[in-house]
Amino acid sequence: MASRLEGKVALVTGGTSGIGAGTVRRLAAEGAKVVFTGSKAEIGEALAAQVGGLFVSHRVEDAEAWPALIDKVMEAYGRLDIAFANAGTEQGDASIEDVSIEAWSRLVGINQTGVMLTVQHAIRAMARNEGATGSIIINSSMNAARPLGNYVTYSTTKAAVVALAKSAAVYCGQKKYRIRVNAILPGVVETDLIRNIMESMPDPAAVRAIYEGMAPLNRMARVEEVAGLVAYLASDEAAFVSGAEITIDGATTAGMMGV
Amino acid sequence: MGKLEGRVALVTGGLRGIGLAIATRFVAEGAQVLIADLDAAGSEAVGETVAALGERAAYISANVTDEASWQGIADHMRDTYGAAHILVNNAGIDLTGPVETLSLEAWRRIMAVNVDGVFLGTRALVPLMAQSGAGVAGGASIINISSIMGLVGYSEVSAYNASKGAVRLFTKGIAIEFATKRMPIRANSLHPGFVKTPLLNAGFQRWVDKGFAQKPEDLVAAMEAATPIRRLAEPSELAGPALFLASADASYVTGAELVVDGGWTAQ
Repeated sequence: MASRLEGKVALVTGGTSGIGAGTVRRLAAEGAKVVFTGSKAEIGEALAAQVGGLFVSHRVEDAEAWPALIDKVMEAYGRLDIAFANAGTEQGDASIEDVSIEAWSRLVGINQTGVMLTVQHAIRAMARNEGATGSIIINSSMNAARPLGNYVTYSTTKAAVVALAKSAAVYCGQKKYRIRVNAILPGVVETDLIRNIMESMPDPAAVRAIYEGMAPLNRMARVEEVAGLVAYLASDEAAFVSGAEITIDGATTAGMMGV
Repeated sequence: MGKLEGRVALVTGGLRGIGLAIATRFVAEGAQVLIADLDAAGSEAVGETVAALGERAAYISANVTDEASWQGIADHMRDTYGAAHILVNNAGIDLTGPVETLSLEAWRRIMAVNVDGVFLGTRALVPLMAQSGAGVAGGASIINISSIMGLVGYSEVSAYNASKGAVRLFTKGIAIEFATKRMPIRANSLHPGFVKTPLLNAGFQRWVDKGFAQKPEDLVAAMEAATPIRRLAEPSELAGPALFLASADASYVTGAELVVDGGWTAQ
């Protein structure tokens, strides 16, 4: 694996499973020191041992605990170069007619406020790097562009963080920080979460076919494929890419398949 | 090991600017690169470029608006390499001015180069790319160079806007077509912002000639100020994004737009 990220320090929120865990592995494989968060300590510690990184038990929406998290990054590795604002959930979400205020507030807290806190604290840390350099990647969703009827909070928060990425990118430019901020919009990714959903259904094969059929490429994305995009955006290859939203959905949102 | 080891790429408009930067990077990553441009095969620029890039680079004189040129390129790639994995439709021209002053001839010319060229190149190479793509991780990759001007409108840039917008949606159409037909070819558009290229310099000089500014440097300063990253891109900064789209890392990326504009369209 090419060492594009040698000497860089990365923070990944929600790094114990799915896209987050895949990205922890990929960033480490490219030479980065990786700190990642989550709530599943046992899984986190095991992954940290595997990749030589650091797991910190932390909920992304916990504003008071953010300074301590950044302190741990600094104590361990002395700087921050890459932040992947990945933690997010759709649990408990519903349609606009049915969603409870509790579910709405909880999801806004994790998916939107959590991302804001990640970007805010990452920028503050990166501004202290020589030349104020850094790369921040926000994990949005193709549902930012094509919202789901039965997931109103998820869709809304994923659209909001695209605007947040652009606002932060423009702000960093105004401040003459060399910190880039971009959003990625994945399609359906074959994570453990999706596998569990499929297996919980009466006919898993039929559900799998529905998920796969959503993309003209007729398959779900692999976690590693999304991690590859994050690694690219984290690297100096993407030095002029900022304020962008990058779709990785096997052409799902490019248009209609026709007959 | 390079990310493009064993792959064959064609880069149109590859003698200068973004095309040259992409060709240079692809060679460095292990690809065999065929550069197509308008120069005669014996020109000074061709000699210097091929000498600088070494034995994994070659040149073919071609006009992207010309069907026979494309047949020649397709035949050459099949006969010489037996493969085509990456097509970078980069050749392009610009046209600026108040819409009521644009001649139909100039309009047709920019559409011919920027739109017909992308269509003809895709049509000519898809059969070979469909064969070659099955043999490489992530499949074959078509990278169409659109522009930020293919995303948003700009005063006195209407013809260029129209041509680059066409490239954007043409790319999505073929991406869906290939994917639904299980053809191992991905297609994406790349949208550069303001890049330090000969095309940009020529455009700035025209604006100076029209009295919009005292000197080109003033226009550069204005463009830098309007870009959140506060500078123009180097051509080499478009090569990394193109490499990503060409490589196995982008195996699930198709029908997408990769914007490389230092935040210009984020505003």
